[in-house]
Amino acid sequence: MGEESVSRTLFKNARLLDPESGLDAQGAMLVDGARVLDIGPNVFVDAVQDDVHVVDCKGLCLAPGLVDMRVSTGEPGNEHIETLATAAQAAVAGGVTTFTCLPNTDPIVDDVAVLEFVERLGRDVGLVNIHSYAAATKGLGGKVMTELGLLHESGAAGFTDGGKAIAHPLVMRRLLSYAQLFDTVIIQHPEMPEMVGSGVMNEGETATRLGLPGIPAAAEVMMIERDLRLVELTGGRLHFSCLSTAAAVEAVRRAKASGLRVTADTAPPYFSLTESAVVGYRTFAKLSPPLRTEEDRLAVIEGLADGTIDAIVSAHIPGDRDQKRLPFTQADFGGVGLETLLSVSLELVHNDQVPFLTVLKALTQSPADLLKLPAGRLRKGHLADFILFDPNRAVRIDRDELRGKSRNTPFDERPVQGRVERTYRAGNLVFDIETSPVPERRRFPDA
Amino acid sequence: MTSTQPSPQSDAPALRLRHLLGIEGLSRPDIEALLDLSDRYVDINRRADKKMSSLRGRTIINLFFENSTRTRTSFELAGKRLGADVLNMSVGTSSVKKGETLIDTAVTLNAMHPDVLTIRHGDSGAVHLLAQKVNCGVINAGDGTHEHPTQALLDALTIRRRKGDLAGLQVAICGDVAHSRVARSNIHLLSIMGARVRVCAPPTLIPPGLERLGVEIHHDMRTGLADCDIVMMLRLQNERMEGSFVPSVREYYRLFGLDHDKLSVAKPDALVMHPGPMNRGVEIDSDVADDIDRSLIREQVEMGVAVRMACLEVLAEAQLEPWAKNQ
Repeated sequence: MGEESVSRTLFKNARLLDPESGLDAQGAMLVDGARVLDIGPNVFVDAVQDDVHVVDCKGLCLAPGLVDMRVSTGEPGNEHIETLATAAQAAVAGGVTTFTCLPNTDPIVDDVAVLEFVERLGRDVGLVNIHSYAAATKGLGGKVMTELGLLHESGAAGFTDGGKAIAHPLVMRRLLSYAQLFDTVIIQHPEMPEMVGSGVMNEGETATRLGLPGIPAAAEVMMIERDLRLVELTGGRLHFSCLSTAAAVEAVRRAKASGLRVTADTAPPYFSLTESAVVGYRTFAKLSPPLRTEEDRLAVIEGLADGTIDAIVSAHIPGDRDQKRLPFTQADFGGVGLETLLSVSLELVHNDQVPFLTVLKALTQSPADLLKLPAGRLRKGHLADFILFDPNRAVRIDRDELRGKSRNTPFDERPVQGRVERTYRAGNLVFDIETSPVPERRRFPDA
Repeated sequence: MTSTQPSPQSDAPALRLRHLLGIEGLSRPDIEALLDLSDRYVDINRRADKKMSSLRGRTIINLFFENSTRTRTSFELAGKRLGADVLNMSVGTSSVKKGETLIDTAVTLNAMHPDVLTIRHGDSGAVHLLAQKVNCGVINAGDGTHEHPTQALLDALTIRRRKGDLAGLQVAICGDVAHSRVARSNIHLLSIMGARVRVCAPPTLIPPGLERLGVEIHHDMRTGLADCDIVMMLRLQNERMEGSFVPSVREYYRLFGLDHDKLSVAKPDALVMHPGPMNRGVEIDSDVADDIDRSLIREQVEMGVAVRMACLEVLAEAQLEPWAKNQ
């Protein structure tokens, strides 16, 4: 009795938010060790037992820990940009308790040995649950299928060529067919490479004014529409990552309506920024896919609101200043996003564009279900991965206060509402804003 | 006469220009002031004694990451005529080839206290980036497919001296607009000054969204040149001729090359310009290029030196102003 009682903690006076059960109510959650023992408005309302440690949440929101299904780190191969450990620090500061890494590391995660190595590194970090995808094709070369079966057995969360599209139609067809043996998911970065060419930003007036080569919106929807035919042909399961255009959202919407097994995600830059963020040659706003127009941004929000887009990902791509302090055409694509994922996503709620639980679902339950991970919900018996956050706290994003190793955020100086106060993983406190001051370091020079 | 004449700028209104990175963002009075000053240098450049003292003791570095003969020579001559010390650096002889980054190069040069850096670079925005890293004035001598502001100014000066005023003129810009920084700077400048701009090129050489810059788009030289006052031809880069953007040189010349026949639909006194270097028989016929009644091409080169003198002087003077120190 004694030992058991010490391990019980009651989180009371919280606004409980659980997308799976639709719960949005004041109440409490009782955690026993690593697991949720009970949750609801009526938990321990009357008498609190002596042997329970009580945490007064003071009205903060209590929600499942976020599940981020699209993260790049520099490990293995580019540890000076980000390690799994520094990414984990960034993750917990952003309320993320589970994330999945892309396979475009050095070496590439395209065989069992590398996959198991990365998984072990992730387990050793300990702070969060780290999973990894495996490459869909050997060496991300787009030609030869990896050992899907063996990699799946070793824990691959799914198969993708990361930031590269699986461009060859026959390769994609066979992947979609063969992956059905294991009911695993293929994740596509939908962009027709020939249409992208040397493009570095969205094609149109802004690119023309800046004299930068453009990437047409059609590059995205062309690849999606081709892939939809292949899904129809094979019956496979396909997930499109980082939808950025109105046409792409509409294509996925129609495909879902016709019963195809397709899902999609997007990332905060695509519903909160437009191509105008690039003006002044701001390389931190150089993303892949590129930031688009206001019409596209609104269409992405519409897609989130009506469920066409299932998940919100951070699309976290760390990059050091040497890769960003370059002329725009030479700079790398990508921005960090783990720490700003929730704060920027909450704009959808504050602007009355997407219901609170729908936004949270896209950040928790949906990505967990897509990858069949036992995360993203507050359910009796499940691991107690959860966050406490204040949805109204006004903060200004400051790249020098980011906890990850790289500071290439497209959201620098953006005022947002909402901040993660505490993050718990398996019942343990892994982040507390009060006791985790921002790192002391030199200001990052302009890029 | 002494060999060091005073600057003709002394009575001109002070122009607050820290850098000259592009035409976009300049105002009509800014442009007029630069053209007025340039005009006075044109006269001085025609004298036997061209040397002045206004920039004596000042240092100008021409930093060229892309090959250039005429623009670099023009800047060099402009700086020397103002009495400044001019240093030319081209990429072939610099440490950029040894792996030094663009920014390191700029910071290194900046530590030598130049007053003005003139930079040409193959990437759009590269000059903008460097301007943020140095505390001297920076002139964009051409960046990628973005802007080439001194070219637009010298074109404007050439037109103004012939036609009196830019406002109300019909100007046709013809050729590879998509890859042309000259076209972009000219579109901005001419629009600011009240001229009407149309572009004429095959659809593959028109950048998407160009109509949003306020220009009329034509794909046929006969309508594109109809009743225009000025025809500006653009250079078609060799690598873009062979099937990637246009099927062949001969087809391009047939459809878009400027000859007297195509020019005949323009106003009878229409003038022809080209930023050089020309591809004779590709975008322009030699009969037109060398027609002294029609072609302003040599005059453009002359105006180039005067315009660059004006820009160098304005920027070098600005560096001494208190408002420039804090930027």
